[in-house]
Amino acid sequence: MIERSHHDMGGLPAGKVERSEHDYAQWERRVDALMVLLSGIKGPKKLLTVDELRKNIEALGPEAYDKMSYYERWVTSITQSMIQRGVISTEELARKMVEVERRDG
Amino acid sequence: MTVETRFRPGERVRVMQAYPLGHVRTPYYIRGASGVIERVCGAFPNPEELAQMRSGLPKQPLYRVRFAQAEVWPDYRGGRADTIEVEIFQHWLDRAEVGE
Amino acid sequence: MSELGKYAPLTYFQLMEVSLRELLVEKGVVSDAEVDAVATDMKTRGPERGAKVVARAWTDPAYKQRLLADGTAACEELGLDVPALRLVVVENTPEVHNVIVCTLCSCYPRMLLGLPPDWYKSREYRSRVVREPRAVLAEFGTAIPDEVAIRVHDSTADMRYLVLPLRPADTEDWSEQRLAGIVTRDSMIGVAPAKAA
Repeated sequence: MIERSHHDMGGLPAGKVERSEHDYAQWERRVDALMVLLSGIKGPKKLLTVDELRKNIEALGPEAYDKMSYYERWVTSITQSMIQRGVISTEELARKMVEVERRDG
Repeated sequence: MTVETRFRPGERVRVMQAYPLGHVRTPYYIRGASGVIERVCGAFPNPEELAQMRSGLPKQPLYRVRFAQAEVWPDYRGGRADTIEVEIFQHWLDRAEVGE
Repeated sequence: MSELGKYAPLTYFQLMEVSLRELLVEKGVVSDAEVDAVATDMKTRGPERGAKVVARAWTDPAYKQRLLADGTAACEELGLDVPALRLVVVENTPEVHNVIVCTLCSCYPRMLLGLPPDWYKSREYRSRVVREPRAVLAEFGTAIPDEVAIRVHDSTADMRYLVLPLRPADTEDWSEQRLAGIVTRDSMIGVAPAKAA
């Protein structure tokens, strides 16, 4: 349904709140740091706005939105934004992901 | 570059009941509801434009609007004095008719 | 995907993080040192920053007035930087209890409380606390009497919110530092009271 986007969930029925929390992993902290740097919250760069981050998270399908963890959504959205902005290209990303998987995967 | 501030604290406003596409920061549940301006938060670039990689200028006034929970949710099970406050940009607000 | 002989393979999203970061470093957009510095800085930010603000407000009525009038300036007064954060502090009173949420994403006063707990970002909390706050607070063990109004704050745009909890009874002779020790993260989100215990 387009009328109500999946992320816009205020007031919908849902289960009990599970009081879950976890220590963030280093890769999650690095994703957070990338956002802080690219958006200029710290430092001079303005390569990304918080609303672009949100837009590209909202563009995830409902299933992916619910299945992915918070920073999985973030890294996907930041990467998508960097492609949209022309900071990186899809081809560069593809080649890099193949290289990194061979090296560290 | 700032749009002129139309509303003052205490004024009654109604949230536009619209369901457009794009990146919107007005939650679904509050569209069409009427409430009272609690404070003027200042003016900020329009997030609907920022999301599309545009400047978001001129800045839009942003308000805290206070709503009575019993009016937002027809089945609300809580006190009559319970309220909810939402930040809403001016272009989503209209003056509510007297008596609303 | 796991292949034979590979130890703890990167997930798809970890692979994306490494790849994105390396590309940005190669292009000179960011440096590894910058990323590490910011990640480390965030790690040091925890709820004790917010607790310092609350304890000062409990012990200094003039400061409390400044805090409620302009949260950002009052934090800077204590030497707490709150970049990109326009802070609104909402005060719990015997008549009103405040609770914070972001229904559209997960906006949170992170510069004062650190990164948010998972439950704050969950579908359950975001969906329900706006419509049935008393039921959700009860799930946190917090019972709000009927005569106390609940005020929910949905952080939909550029403001961030911090609850100034009620100062517990029998703490009149406590120092500011001792008071700061009982101000929990959850009490500043508004899902629990601050307790003297």
